[in-house]
Amino acid sequence: MESLTLSDVEQKYYSDLFIYCDVDNTKKVASNGKVLDLFRAAQLSNDVVLQITELCGATRLGHFGRSQFYIALKLIAIAQSGLPLRVESLNSVKDLPLPRFVMGKNEQEARHAAMYPDTENQGPYSSVIPRPPGRVQPKKVSTHEVIQPCPDTTSPVVSPHQSPPTSPHTWRKHKRQASGGAVEQQPAVARAVWPPFREAQSGLQLGDGLWSAHSPPPVQESWVSFTDTPPSSTLPAMHPSSAQVQYTTVRTVASAATTNEIQRQASGYDDPWKITEEQRQYYINQFKTIQSDLTGFIPGSAAKEFFTKSKLPILELSHIWELSDFDKDGALTLDEFCAAFHLVVARKNGYDLPEKLPESLMPKLIDLDDSAGVPEPAPEVGFSGSPVEVTPNKSPSMPSLNQNWPELNQSNEQWETFSERSSSSQTLTQFDSNIAPADPDTAIVHPVPIRMTPSKIHMQEMELKRTGSDHAHPTSPLMPKPPELSEEKKLAATIKFPGTTVGRSAYFKIIILDWNPGSHSGTSPEGLKAVAPPPPPPRPHASHSRSSSLDMNRNFTTVPAAQQQAGVVAFPPAVPPRPLATQTSVPHGHRSVDGDGLPAHASTSPQQMPEQPNFADFSQFQAFAVEQPADDGEKQQESVQVEKCADATGTMRAVKSEAQPEERTTATVNSAKGSTPLAPPPKPVRRRLKSEDELRPDMEDHPQKSGVVASVLATQPSIPRSVGKDKKAIQASIRRNKETNTVLARLNSELQQQLKDLLEERISLEVQLEQLRPFSHL
Amino acid sequence: MAVCVAVIAKENYPLYIRSVPSQSELKFHYTVHTSLDVVEEKISTAGKAMAEQRELYLGLLYPTEDYKVYGYVTNSKVKFVIVVDSSNTSLRDNEIRSMFRKLHNSFTDVMCNPFYNPGDPIQSRAFDSMVSAMMVQSS
Repeated sequence: MESLTLSDVEQKYYSDLFIYCDVDNTKKVASNGKVLDLFRAAQLSNDVVLQITELCGATRLGHFGRSQFYIALKLIAIAQSGLPLRVESLNSVKDLPLPRFVMGKNEQEARHAAMYPDTENQGPYSSVIPRPPGRVQPKKVSTHEVIQPCPDTTSPVVSPHQSPPTSPHTWRKHKRQASGGAVEQQPAVARAVWPPFREAQSGLQLGDGLWSAHSPPPVQESWVSFTDTPPSSTLPAMHPSSAQVQYTTVRTVASAATTNEIQRQASGYDDPWKITEEQRQYYINQFKTIQSDLTGFIPGSAAKEFFTKSKLPILELSHIWELSDFDKDGALTLDEFCAAFHLVVARKNGYDLPEKLPESLMPKLIDLDDSAGVPEPAPEVGFSGSPVEVTPNKSPSMPSLNQNWPELNQSNEQWETFSERSSSSQTLTQFDSNIAPADPDTAIVHPVPIRMTPSKIHMQEMELKRTGSDHAHPTSPLMPKPPELSEEKKLAATIKFPGTTVGRSAYFKIIILDWNPGSHSGTSPEGLKAVAPPPPPPRPHASHSRSSSLDMNRNFTTVPAAQQQAGVVAFPPAVPPRPLATQTSVPHGHRSVDGDGLPAHASTSPQQMPEQPNFADFSQFQAFAVEQPADDGEKQQESVQVEKCADATGTMRAVKSEAQPEERTTATVNSAKGSTPLAPPPKPVRRRLKSEDELRPDMEDHPQKSGVVASVLATQPSIPRSVGKDKKAIQASIRRNKETNTVLARLNSELQQQLKDLLEERISLEVQLEQLRPFSHL
Repeated sequence: MAVCVAVIAKENYPLYIRSVPSQSELKFHYTVHTSLDVVEEKISTAGKAMAEQRELYLGLLYPTEDYKVYGYVTNSKVKFVIVVDSSNTSLRDNEIRSMFRKLHNSFTDVMCNPFYNPGDPIQSRAFDSMVSAMMVQSS
């Protein structure tokens, strides 16, 4: 139901009519009979009347509450003006004439009219004055309260409207007539209607400056009981003599004051559960009596005592607590306390407790001193459970509170609602552009979807995805890499590269390409593997915007397929230099040999050669092996050294027999080397074992072998051990060691044999000596 | 999916008991009463060291042909018993756990209400609505 804005005049008129219809004196519900009579008196067709009753919500409620009645009256006015009956028109139509009723209202109107001048003439307290004396005593409040209302109802039409700046809707909220609010606001509270509360006013004037109390008469019984209780110590600051009264009056005042509040706050904002400024001020004062710190909590026990004074049944108090303790912490903050107090007042005034906390009562961080702290005026009233008005639009108004929610510790459902709201388009768009959502709640709902780690799978997609900053950092480490690749040709660079398997494979392929354009022997994978472990090549920059890197990325990805691109030489250079020298001319077989533990790499063999003279030696060694037969002579000088390892080297030489021409050149080098006679054997042996598979063993040039071995061994240490990490390298080295082992074993046996021979010789010589010696003894 | 929900106080008297088919209430009351024995047995064996090791959720207390009874004990020895209909597609364990969690939370809220005297029957509307939601699911 839409909120209803009534002008002052309308307000008065309507309340007057309501009272007229309120034959039961309930002050809350106009009897249906009377109401219908009234409506018929409006000279509208029955259809219209029915429509009006529907629109005002009476059919839904089953009775005419005050708000329904007022809405109906307004609709009647609208209908009588000839305007279409619509809920929106309730507030939008300005300057609507008062609804006219033909029958029986005249005296009401007359009275009404008569009243006005009277009330207007009277001073603020004029109407009050006669009353208060009657009820000065607190104890008698109840009786007075009971008595007064009845006689007052007749006259009273006046009073409520009187002071009123009142907003029309105060009664809406609490059925309290706009009696004009706090004393502070309007001394002219001529509210004849609620005289009993005048004393409250007077009491209030004393000091807390609260509104004059005006609660609808029906409440009085409850007030009665309420006031009977002796004032508890917690009822404080109020006027001591009328402490209890004050409590009651305050309550009534509080409720009544809402009207003024409302009016002051926002126009056309009809929320029965809204707390007016006066009321809020009162609640705050009450809060202070219990807990001086406004930002603190009231513990449950204190609150229990306090509210028990209201004489509401425990069950209802319990329910009020459940509604108002928003964060379920067993304590009341100021907002919660105000809400609870408000609910108590409402209940006292006959309003049913809502099932759920009305939105206007939801705790929020508002400026306590600011009357307008009431949340942004909701365009329509959206509160649930108000007994007075239907609230079909609770949900729309919910979002209006969302702005306040983040500040509070909200219950789960509010969080959910909030996040739902956050899922509006604007937050979504924020999300797209900004990984860290400004609203933490949205984070809950929308986890950051942006992919941060460019997996190899998504590499290419990421290339295509050009996002802003957010992609930058995860991929930034990658971005410099490709350029690095092209630039760096040092071994170290490889270590720095992060790797993805794709990149790695590309790297491998590149190695293959450059290392051995023509060879595809089984060792190539070995060589590849040797390359792999060291930092795999930089992963192809996922979201690289630079075309160059894109190209490189493409290169990497396509390399495996193509294996054609020598342009990617960049990678290979990083690889530990391998015997490039061997690449060009060394045949497959020897390449495989070379490949043991030696990663193949770029084709820039000429460059590599000077860097790795050892490798050069090695390759030359191979070449030497080929030239074995020719080098025999040269190796003679080394025969001495080689003697012992003659057998081993011999086999070596046999291996080398297939060596390329390059190996011949190694012979000279080997001769120069010949350092460790025993060291060589392993290498040559290795060669032997390797090539034995391919070639027939040929035991020929021992000296050559020794030289070869020496050179090989010499070169071996120079081989970068970095590649040793590779599994294949390890296997190769294992094989080498085994070969060396066997060679040494054989060598050992040979030496043992020689030792035996020598010993025999020695014995024979000694025997001869002995034979010769006896002559000397003589 | 529950057909009956019961909250039993530490002294083993009911604080709250509600069943969905109101005609067979007595049967459910009896079932809950007998299940208390099983609960006692479980908590006595499980918790030599108080509470820390004892898990709140007790699990299936015992099944009958028509329904299953699940139990849950809080640290203050307040017991929750849920009776579910066996004919329902058997609920997963974590669903039962979530039901107990909700019960526990609502019960805590009731306890926090200063107007509630521990030991009184639970008359909180919020608690009622929560239990209704739980029971309505099934039927």
